[in-house]
Amino acid sequence: MSTIESTPLHRSLGLTDAEFERIRELLEREPNDFELAVFSLLWSEHCAYKHSRRLLAAFPTTGERVLQGPGENAGVIDVGDGLAVALKVESHNHPSAVEPFQGAATGVGGILRDIFAMGARPIAILDSLRFGELDAERQRHLFARVVEGVGHYGNCVGVANIGGEVEFEAAYEHNCLVNAMCVGVLPADRLQSAGAAGPGNLLVLYGSKTGRDGIGGASVLASQGFEEGSEAKRPSVQIGDPFTGKKLIECTLELLDQGLIVSLQDLGAAGLASSTSEMAASGGVGLDVDLSAVPVREEGMEPFEIMISESQERMAAIVEPSSWDAVAAVCRRWEVDATVIGEVTETGRLRCFHGGEAVGDIPVETLTEAAPRYEVARERPARLVESAAVAEDPATPPEAALRALLAAPGTASRRWVTRQYDQLVGSGTVVRPGGDAAVVRLTPSDRAIAVSLDGNGRRTWLDPRRGGMSAVCEAARNVACTGARPAAVTNCLNFGNPEHADIGYELAEAIGGMADACRALGLPVVSGNVSLYNEHDGRPIPPTPVVGVVGVLDDAALAVRAGFRDEGDVVLLAGAGASALDGSDYQKVILGETAGRIPEPDLGAERDLHAFLAAAAGRRLLRSAHDVGGGGLAVAVAEAAMAGNIGVRVGKVADLFGEGDGRVVISARRADVAALRKLAGPVPLQRLGAVGGGEIAVGPARIALAAAVDLYEGALPRIMEGGA
Amino acid sequence: MSVAVLAFPGSCDDRDALRAVALMGAEPVRVWHADSDLGGAGAVIVPGGFSYGDYLRPGALAALSPAMAAVRELAAAGGPVLGICNGFQVLTEAGLLPGVLRPNAHLQFRFQDVALRVQRESAWLPGVVAGDTLEIPVKHHDGCYFAAPAQLEELDAAGQVLLRYVHNPNGSVENIACVTNAAGNVAGLMPHPEHAVDPLLGSVDGRILLQGLLDQAVAVEAAI
Amino acid sequence: MKVTVTVRPRAGILDPQGEAVRRSLEGLGYAASDVRAGKVFDLDLDVGDAREAVRVAGRIAEQVLSNPLIEEFDVAAQEPVRL
Repeated sequence: MSTIESTPLHRSLGLTDAEFERIRELLEREPNDFELAVFSLLWSEHCAYKHSRRLLAAFPTTGERVLQGPGENAGVIDVGDGLAVALKVESHNHPSAVEPFQGAATGVGGILRDIFAMGARPIAILDSLRFGELDAERQRHLFARVVEGVGHYGNCVGVANIGGEVEFEAAYEHNCLVNAMCVGVLPADRLQSAGAAGPGNLLVLYGSKTGRDGIGGASVLASQGFEEGSEAKRPSVQIGDPFTGKKLIECTLELLDQGLIVSLQDLGAAGLASSTSEMAASGGVGLDVDLSAVPVREEGMEPFEIMISESQERMAAIVEPSSWDAVAAVCRRWEVDATVIGEVTETGRLRCFHGGEAVGDIPVETLTEAAPRYEVARERPARLVESAAVAEDPATPPEAALRALLAAPGTASRRWVTRQYDQLVGSGTVVRPGGDAAVVRLTPSDRAIAVSLDGNGRRTWLDPRRGGMSAVCEAARNVACTGARPAAVTNCLNFGNPEHADIGYELAEAIGGMADACRALGLPVVSGNVSLYNEHDGRPIPPTPVVGVVGVLDDAALAVRAGFRDEGDVVLLAGAGASALDGSDYQKVILGETAGRIPEPDLGAERDLHAFLAAAAGRRLLRSAHDVGGGGLAVAVAEAAMAGNIGVRVGKVADLFGEGDGRVVISARRADVAALRKLAGPVPLQRLGAVGGGEIAVGPARIALAAAVDLYEGALPRIMEGGA
Repeated sequence: MSVAVLAFPGSCDDRDALRAVALMGAEPVRVWHADSDLGGAGAVIVPGGFSYGDYLRPGALAALSPAMAAVRELAAAGGPVLGICNGFQVLTEAGLLPGVLRPNAHLQFRFQDVALRVQRESAWLPGVVAGDTLEIPVKHHDGCYFAAPAQLEELDAAGQVLLRYVHNPNGSVENIACVTNAAGNVAGLMPHPEHAVDPLLGSVDGRILLQGLLDQAVAVEAAI
Repeated sequence: MKVTVTVRPRAGILDPQGEAVRRSLEGLGYAASDVRAGKVFDLDLDVGDAREAVRVAGRIAEQVLSNPLIEEFDVAAQEPVRL
């Protein structure tokens, strides 16, 4: 490792010279290697959000339902009846690119821990995935293994997977995106905090043993370096162990039920280093940690390795000394190892020891509050255009275009993915994935939540601000289609290198657009995650904000599904949002390009549309509701027909394939149409046609229902397995 | 009537089974794997999930637990025992049911609603007759039922096959979805009856098997 | 030529399966301080001699049978089976 000699240690660890200087100032001395390793991780983009923190301040984070906004392991909202819901989405892009199965599995494990660290029982997982085009074997492999990994962890741990999204774009070929969201339910009065409190209280580490997992960049510190043949010292891929994860969930919830825990924090990125400093910082206290007390999986681990290991399935808790015996007993019952590794102090310092020897002593706020925050340089990318008007291809008949879209990987049924996930465990899944949002009853309560996770990198690439707005609108609209009232947002911001001005522009604009939409729709952002530096050979991914929305439904029995129901029901288009082929699936599949500028969402109209859908569902006036998304009106109508397994006849429509926000295909009994119109108020309702027959007919595009199902359902199985 | 639902580390559908038992009007009793008695329950459900993470072989480690000794005793006394999914795997590993569950032929976890053809009248299936169809979801990775040809002949001859898949979701031999032991009081199936009890969530055909479990427990109790 | 490839988790890599088995053994009263679970592949390769078989099997193990990030393997030639 000649780099160690030629490069100053702080640079090898990813700290700039200025950051290193700042650390010396803050400590008023030279940091030792252990301390420098801790700083390098806590001041990393991942932990400190150096380049995004200032921009994130644009998000609205408060609201009457918000019990916990950003800053904790997950956000929490009040959903009524004494129940609260915790939600968060997080990326696991880079680990999934290295080892797709384990990367995806540990991504799910990590987001689950964030949820039960809040005291919530995880009830639903969603995953948002992006890969390159599936004509390459490597991409099919990544896709298959990531789906398997997501399923493996969620299925084994017994938490229902209720949907998400998958996109395929060449731009993700070398940098797949794996974002996982989890939702949990808890009694509203039992909200947990990560803040350590009560000097003299014990710091308890429980769960798996600590190994050299995910030590990554900091491995330059390993004193022996990597000699020939010492492969065992190589930083290891994190391995997910859902069995231990499951025990950890049940053990943690039992500890909380018995009131044995003062505060709770999961161990994620940067392991003990970040969890101890976050616990100490948010409690305004200090922590003394004895690293030699940490149970390790491997011989000879150095103090810094124990401190920053990212071994999975571990939790840290603050426990009163009088509760320790009871805590140990609960952990024993669940066959989970628990060890006292330190105690809360009044020092405000994170002091680490190993075998009685002090190895590090850092004022806590220097690791958290004092971490650098950078203003990103912004420069509008030259590719962005002011306007464009993409036209349909005159050589492709609408019917052929509809067929092509139904079978395109970007539009086709996701059942090949969702059938690999347990959708039912927990006895709450009222509306299963495949429609707009899934609906989960908060069993034993009759209340339900609707959840959706959406993004669109292609459209955001054409206009980051409008794309950001659109992502929020789409996720919220999907939730509204079920009759639920959208209540809160979590988001994952997947972008390229923020030190480049064009990426800075994308980041700032997308966040600005999202914030505008959240404000207009009355949606607080309660949690989130930022994943930057998604690039390969200097080529960034498209800006990809992914938005998770949770909505509330007072009675699960009122939930509306996407599929048409009965012969003779009237089909209507609710909302009249602007649509265009720019950035659409039609443009990609039929015209073979992505260009132009997406229309600006009308946020006021979007809000009215969501209110109308909730009101109509509450009065049981809706037979079905389905968002107009990828593939435009033609595909939306076809999807509603296939979901209901019944044909539909729609007359002439102005724009078959254009995409944009603010439109939903609904159906209603003939007798209810007048009542719907009265309820609609400012929301335009356009009669499209009627449900019935064995054919999907949308204007000039006609296809037999069975043929459409074969194209739509068979597409991914044929691509992935060469058969259905 | 009370029904014991076993819980191993890694059980997932135990809470669903407890809830389903309560919905059926019986009293659910949670029995921890380390417990050596069934809390006085007259019937047992070995629930789904991934006991011990499915490590080694699905059900293999759970079959060794103290609670399974109590299940053996109840089964030997004629008490009804229902193994669902992982519970089916546990019962085959414990030798209480014939055959073994192997990884699905397509090697993928599979969630879907499946149609099941009733093979014969049985105390497990009150109110239905041979040829009827039930709809119940499956969700498993290792649900491919296997038994040697000679054993299959015995099972067929003795009427131990209760349900077959209409469309085989996992490669099970002879489309077998549900078998009993020779005495008929222990049954196992990969589909999840406890997930088919609530009309808001889908089919309610799972109630039939759960009712069969309760009926048999009542009959055994009356005989004692 | 028959060869056997044994694939096991790399030293230091968490082996959840081995750990679950170890705990069960403990519960049954067997003292085991560590259990590692791997896979065994018996290959019958159409190559000339045992040395070549081991070489080819090594390549197969590296490319297909193991994931070098988390697993290591060894290859052993078998005595040809005589009936």
